[in-house]
Amino acid sequence: MRTRNRAYLGIKNSMSETVIKHASKTAFTLMAFALVFTALMASVYLVTKTPIEKSEAAARMSLFRQIMPEHMHNNDLLADTVTIAPNALLGNQQATMANIARINHQPSGVILEAIAHDGYSGDIKLLIAIKADGSLSGVRVLTHKETPGLGDYIDIAKGKWITLFDNQSLTKTAEAGWKVKKDGGQFDYMVGATITPRAVVKAVHKALLYFEQNKVALFASNTTSALPASISQEQAP
Amino acid sequence: MSQFKDIANNGLWKQNPGVVQLLGLCPTLAVTTNVVNGVSLGLATALVMAASNGAVSPVRKYVPDEIRVPVFILVIAALVTMIDLGIHGFAEPLHKVLGIFIPLIVVNCIVLARVESFAAKNAPAPAIWDGFMMGLGLTVVLGLLGGIREVVGKGTLFSGLDLALGPEFKSYILTVIPDYHGFLLAILPPGAFLGLASLIALRNWAELRKTKPVTASTAALKPSH
Repeated sequence: MRTRNRAYLGIKNSMSETVIKHASKTAFTLMAFALVFTALMASVYLVTKTPIEKSEAAARMSLFRQIMPEHMHNNDLLADTVTIAPNALLGNQQATMANIARINHQPSGVILEAIAHDGYSGDIKLLIAIKADGSLSGVRVLTHKETPGLGDYIDIAKGKWITLFDNQSLTKTAEAGWKVKKDGGQFDYMVGATITPRAVVKAVHKALLYFEQNKVALFASNTTSALPASISQEQAP
Repeated sequence: MSQFKDIANNGLWKQNPGVVQLLGLCPTLAVTTNVVNGVSLGLATALVMAASNGAVSPVRKYVPDEIRVPVFILVIAALVTMIDLGIHGFAEPLHKVLGIFIPLIVVNCIVLARVESFAAKNAPAPAIWDGFMMGLGLTVVLGLLGGIREVVGKGTLFSGLDLALGPEFKSYILTVIPDYHGFLLAILPPGAFLGLASLIALRNWAELRKTKPVTASTAALKPSH
């Protein structure tokens, strides 16, 4: 009996030793994998960073052309920017940039970036172009994660729905009308995907309110537009 | 070579991930509202599965059993991230089409299932082939399911093809049922379940027909299902 116990203890001792050895080996392997793959991801990120930024800037400029046609400005939209601090009406949690459109240095409109947090899945980022008179020049979805084939008709590539906002304004459509038809407003939606357009309508409405309240500041920030490009670029983060 | 043939047969028919293994149903049911979406997601999944099987197989002997799942998930997630970044950086038009699907692939358990059950036990070449064939089998199911839902739900076929391949393909979009008012149920999630159920039934029926001569065995199959 006693010998048996001793033998058992011996096994137990050597077992705990091998367990520790085994565990540290396992932990080391896992760490090695984590390190290698993190390094791989980091290098791919670094390699693709510039091309991604470039393609995003190009995509942004082509969006700008859709909602702020050439005849409405003759300045460089990408360079003429104002920084906007986090604001509840625009839904931005970090400072964003607004692009000012000008004709011969006179402000003719602004392109705001707004974020709707109440989409069906994740944030919906919108570009909202507003003319100086307060009417919408156009709205486009910048990024979204709505259900493919269901809520993604807000994207111009999938449907014309977003053009409902063209030429809309706070004066043209009263406060109560800024809802989807299901909620008693005047904006169409597709059955089966109401949450998405509801969020977009709300965000566009709030952006118009923001513009109404901050119009003077937005345009005044750069009245010295004879030297705009360099100054505003410095403001940009 | 017969091993490769078996793998292809497994992926496309015998062990088809979509209608036999029933793995990875979340993205399957979510995006198959039309053919183009279904096939796009299927091909992206096949690419990721081939890559992840190919990445795990060579290192399979260095992965201790206890931590194989975290290691596999790490490999898959890293691969998907790298593929996503690569496509975004160097194939912007493709990213516009597949961009929303690629993150969905990480949550598809068929990827992990094949890594765990095949790549962890086989050499790299068969493992890559297995991942690709399984993905292709899934693609066929996604395409069929998307086709059923699109025809029944919207009366069209191949809508969105111009987004995937360029505007010149717009003329290939077929209107199967003209003046169709749409049948919303097919587009909504229940339609996905009904469509998938029909596909599974169809496959089982075909399989049973093949083995019909032995009537006793079909009767014996029933209770076990």
